Amino acid sequence: MFSETVELRGHIIDSLILPKVLDEILTRGANFKIDEIKIGQNRVDQSYARIEVSSPAEETLNDTLLRLRQHGAEVLEKAAVQLAAAPSDGVFPDDFYVTTNQRTVICLDGEEVEVQPAIMDCGIAVDPAGKTATAVRFHEVRNGTQVVVGQKGIRVVPVQRSTSRTDEFEFMATSLSSEQPKSAAIRQMAREFTRARADGGKTLLVAGPPVVHTGASEHLENLINAGHVDVLFAGNGLAVHDIEHALFGTYLGVDLHRGAAADRGHENQLRAINAIRRAGGIAAAVDSGLLQKGIMHACVQRKVKVVLAGSIRDDGPLPEVITDTVEAQKAMRAALEGVTVALMMGTMLHSMATASLLPATVKTLCVDINPAAVSKLTDPRNFQALGLVTDIELFLRELLTNLSTAANGSAGSK
Amino acid sequence: MRDLLLCPPDHYSIQYEINPWMSRARGADTPMVQAQWRGLYEKLCSLQANVSLITPQPKLPDMVFTANAGLAVGRRFIPSNFRHQERSGEAAFFAQFMEEKGYEVVWLPPDLYFEGEGDALFGGDALFCGYKFRTDIQAHRAVADIFSCLVISVELVDPRFYHIDTCFCPLPAESGYWFPEAFDEYGQRAIRDRLPNIIDVSAEEAQVFCCNSVVLDKDIVMPAGAPNLVAQLTERGYTCHTLQMCEFLKAGGACKCLTMFMPQRQEV
Repeated sequence: MFSETVELRGHIIDSLILPKVLDEILTRGANFKIDEIKIGQNRVDQSYARIEVSSPAEETLNDTLLRLRQHGAEVLEKAAVQLAAAPSDGVFPDDFYVTTNQRTVICLDGEEVEVQPAIMDCGIAVDPAGKTATAVRFHEVRNGTQVVVGQKGIRVVPVQRSTSRTDEFEFMATSLSSEQPKSAAIRQMAREFTRARADGGKTLLVAGPPVVHTGASEHLENLINAGHVDVLFAGNGLAVHDIEHALFGTYLGVDLHRGAAADRGHENQLRAINAIRRAGGIAAAVDSGLLQKGIMHACVQRKVKVVLAGSIRDDGPLPEVITDTVEAQKAMRAALEGVTVALMMGTMLHSMATASLLPATVKTLCVDINPAAVSKLTDPRNFQALGLVTDIELFLRELLTNLSTAANGSAGSK
Repeated sequence: MRDLLLCPPDHYSIQYEINPWMSRARGADTPMVQAQWRGLYEKLCSLQANVSLITPQPKLPDMVFTANAGLAVGRRFIPSNFRHQERSGEAAFFAQFMEEKGYEVVWLPPDLYFEGEGDALFGGDALFCGYKFRTDIQAHRAVADIFSCLVISVELVDPRFYHIDTCFCPLPAESGYWFPEAFDEYGQRAIRDRLPNIIDVSAEEAQVFCCNSVVLDKDIVMPAGAPNLVAQLTERGYTCHTLQMCEFLKAGGACKCLTMFMPQRQEV
């Protein structure tokens, strides 16, 4: 998309110059967005409008601007982005620009360069020679890296929320409380899963231990086995509890079917960790036949990309768990390539870490029984995220039902 | 009594072509030029106008068209910034003349083309300004700033009517007469919004430059050849004085082009 900003001044309302300019833009196949308008209060007061003109074709934009100039529109010179050198490794220069998860374009030597990827809470490292702009985190900054500072020459292009009532996902408010019906959101999530598969997009699942202890493991296993999950982000906890359940039928020593504590059940978790460590890891345990069911088993079988990011409370941890948080972040970032739908369940820690890595274009649903976790994830900066306060087992069961109905061709035709 | 500025046509001839009317192959007939100009001068004097004359300058044949000298309001005068090099030499002479007449001369930035009263006519509470062929719309803003007045900017779309005074003549009481096709549809709407009683002129009558007239209260001095317009104006209580202007039409001008008000408005 090519765009320029123009300013119009004068008696542009009485002279009908403003409507003429806007009509002219549309007639020529370009689009406009009025950034600012000030209408004169008295008869002789002049008015002012600042308009962003855009077009997918550079030629259309240039032709339109040429014509608009005749009507008095002045093209605003694009302010160049300001750069400063990073003072040392891992340190941004003062006043560095902090990214959002929206599409961001910077003006470099008169050219627009898109910042890649669109993730929040980063600085923007610029290679002036290569004309590239990269969103980087602290650990990626090297002494002397050219970093964007201040606010000049930066254009953020927000994802527009659809106003169409046919797309419940986009139309819904950002958070659905436990008081509200969930079926529409779940139905829409199922549709997004199906659409992602059809369009070649990937589906990301972020899951915490409650998936196991609410008894939802089986649903998740089915979801994975049905090919609906491409990437799984989790911690040591989910994997350990899933494997304990697979090997011993308990969760933290509690038999999930009987609801009673098993004899010396609290040891089961550690025995499960030990068994996997002895096997050489989860994948090896699946290969050797030690691990024959459960979420992690399904992931290995279906070749789901799994990133297990560790934390300080982890037991073990399992061999696949990345204990260096910076390395874990890197691995998560690398695994996000091509993800278009994200479902986060039962983990505030991993969900928040993931949310900060997702561009605003990824449709995200956060499900948790704890309203605090949901509201944390659906704060205004995570523009694209919807929240659902509900039990994960109920949610996953309904999601699976919707998905299987969709697969039979009777849903998704709304 | 209105003060007017005219310039004797001593050096007037068709020496270049800067509008569709001009053709060097069709030169002006000097005795007829003199006779037609004198006819205008005497008619204006007879209508109690106080006519000042500026000394014509050699090699500036279009200086006779004083409407393009600039725009005077109150005691201030904005000289023209001519678009064409051929006419740009006139500006200094007009500015000096107006200064000697006691006007404060306010120049526009040199990169803004503005051709004076030819593209700026008051009607009601607004100054109607044409743009595109000769005057830039950016100049309208500058004029609005200088005189603190409402400017209605209208785009001219027919190169034969390259100044607003060639196709538009405002009158009191939200009225006037014009050739609407000389304006784009937005300009037409903007003018009709302000002057609902305006009279449309036919293409045939517009071509004799009937809109290029000098209005002095109830007297209107205009080129001959527009009987329908004359009839409508007569019905509205105006006295029309028609003059032969064919020698000046060869350069794309007529009565109004040959006349500038000093000032066009005492105040806005």
